[in-house]
Amino acid sequence: MVNKQQSRNGSTQAFLADRSFYVLGVFLFLVIWQAASMLKLFGNDFSEAFSPLSAFLALIEMAKNGDIVHHTIPSLRRVLVSLFMAIIFALPVGVLVGYFRRLEQLTYVPFQFMRMISPLAWMPIAIIMFGVGDVSVTFLLWLVAIWPLILNTVHGAGRVSPLWLNMAKTMGAGDKGILTKIIIPAAIPDMLTGLRLAVGVSWIILVPAEMLGVPDGLGYFILDTRDRFRYDQLMATIFIIGLIGYLLDSANRWLISKFAWKI
Amino acid sequence: MESNGRKQKALLELQNVSKVFKKDGDDVLVLRDVDLMVDEGEFICVLGPTGCGKSVTLQIVAGLLEQTRGSVILDGREEHGPGPHKGMVFQEYALLPWRSVVENVEIGLELKGIDRKERRAIALEQLATVGLAGTENQEVHEISVGMRQRVAIARALANKPKILLMDEPFEALDALTKEEMQIQILKVWEKTGTTIMFVTHDVDEAIFLSDRICVMDINPGRVKKILDNHLPRPRHECMSRTDKEFNDMRDEIIALYSSLKDEELDLII
Repeated sequence: MVNKQQSRNGSTQAFLADRSFYVLGVFLFLVIWQAASMLKLFGNDFSEAFSPLSAFLALIEMAKNGDIVHHTIPSLRRVLVSLFMAIIFALPVGVLVGYFRRLEQLTYVPFQFMRMISPLAWMPIAIIMFGVGDVSVTFLLWLVAIWPLILNTVHGAGRVSPLWLNMAKTMGAGDKGILTKIIIPAAIPDMLTGLRLAVGVSWIILVPAEMLGVPDGLGYFILDTRDRFRYDQLMATIFIIGLIGYLLDSANRWLISKFAWKI
Repeated sequence: MESNGRKQKALLELQNVSKVFKKDGDDVLVLRDVDLMVDEGEFICVLGPTGCGKSVTLQIVAGLLEQTRGSVILDGREEHGPGPHKGMVFQEYALLPWRSVVENVEIGLELKGIDRKERRAIALEQLATVGLAGTENQEVHEISVGMRQRVAIARALANKPKILLMDEPFEALDALTKEEMQIQILKVWEKTGTTIMFVTHDVDEAIFLSDRICVMDINPGRVKKILDNHLPRPRHECMSRTDKEFNDMRDEIIALYSSLKDEELDLII
């Protein structure tokens, strides 16, 4: 086996070898999936419908009849709107809590307590507050996204070097200068880590949240395919959920590589 | 630049500056009645072992610490708090890792609200002053530690400070880089004419750089003696650290510490 260090620093050949292993991983994944359906691991009656080939055909069918767009757009909208609102709320809170030690002490127990509660537990309350529909789903997603954003921002703003603060003061920085030139940029890598975690967990919670009475979205469509006994479409939907999740995470990794400073 | 010749105007004046720290509920006197005049354009070194309060003195001048008693007067005005008119160079550089070299130099100008074009021009000029022309777009983690400290010096100079305060700036450097940086700071001083107050516990460094040396003592931290340094300049051209005058000065300083026990004396000799 080639260890990580060697292949990272290696030649073009090593780079191609790395690439081929990624491709091989995808191929093996499909083989195992196919084997599972041929060995009837999904049950005697429906294993055929669960195979990658059936899912692929269903995917083409759903692309043609518009199901993919019809259910993906609302899901993405819910996740992005709730993420946007979570960022607006969580970053300022995180910076303040991270910077002021008293505020961190004050909020430590409530925050650690709240973040351990699955947002789905709030579902009845969300429905009482906002009714069944988009607002409730968005609220639940917001509730799950704020914690990684807040807690990582707190960490980032809290580990600002006192040396940087002293330097900024000798450069004539007031409170505003220290906030905008030191604390916020210093916390950006942690904010991005928080964002990556928030996107991951939001996307995971989206599916059950969309099972709570909305008329569209990927979570809704999972239940819909089940009710219509279209297990090939169900597998295709699961595939789409995984693919979009992977792409969202890749976008976050790109953001981190682009904007997170290194020491 | 003249080798010495005390000019008439005192730029910086410390009057009876004392500092008391609270430690476990007790008052500890770390600095007692420091009186010091620094002339305009002068290079003064503050030399002493750990615990003599030399860094505390510098931080009081910088405004990062407040004295318990006494006053600091700069250019005729009593000083309170830090500001860009007092350029500070820290031992640990204090560069911001998310900014490029030139952006680090620009930070003080940014805080002053100077527009982008003008501050870039000033920053590039200061980088050239410290011998770093052409490195402006590099990242901080890509450059050597010696270069980092030069960036920090350029950053302080960019504010056109009345005085440059340097807190053991070359302590973390290896011997060769340290010597290179000593020559560099003398060149910067000669070029800019900036007054420099330089804290060190390296006897040779103080002799090599200074017009005068403020020798400090411990328990409590206080000024022991202020020595004039008449060695010819430019030092890197007409002096060697093994010259007789250099050795004499070194002996004179070490003799001042003859009452201290070995373990208390952590000067680099």
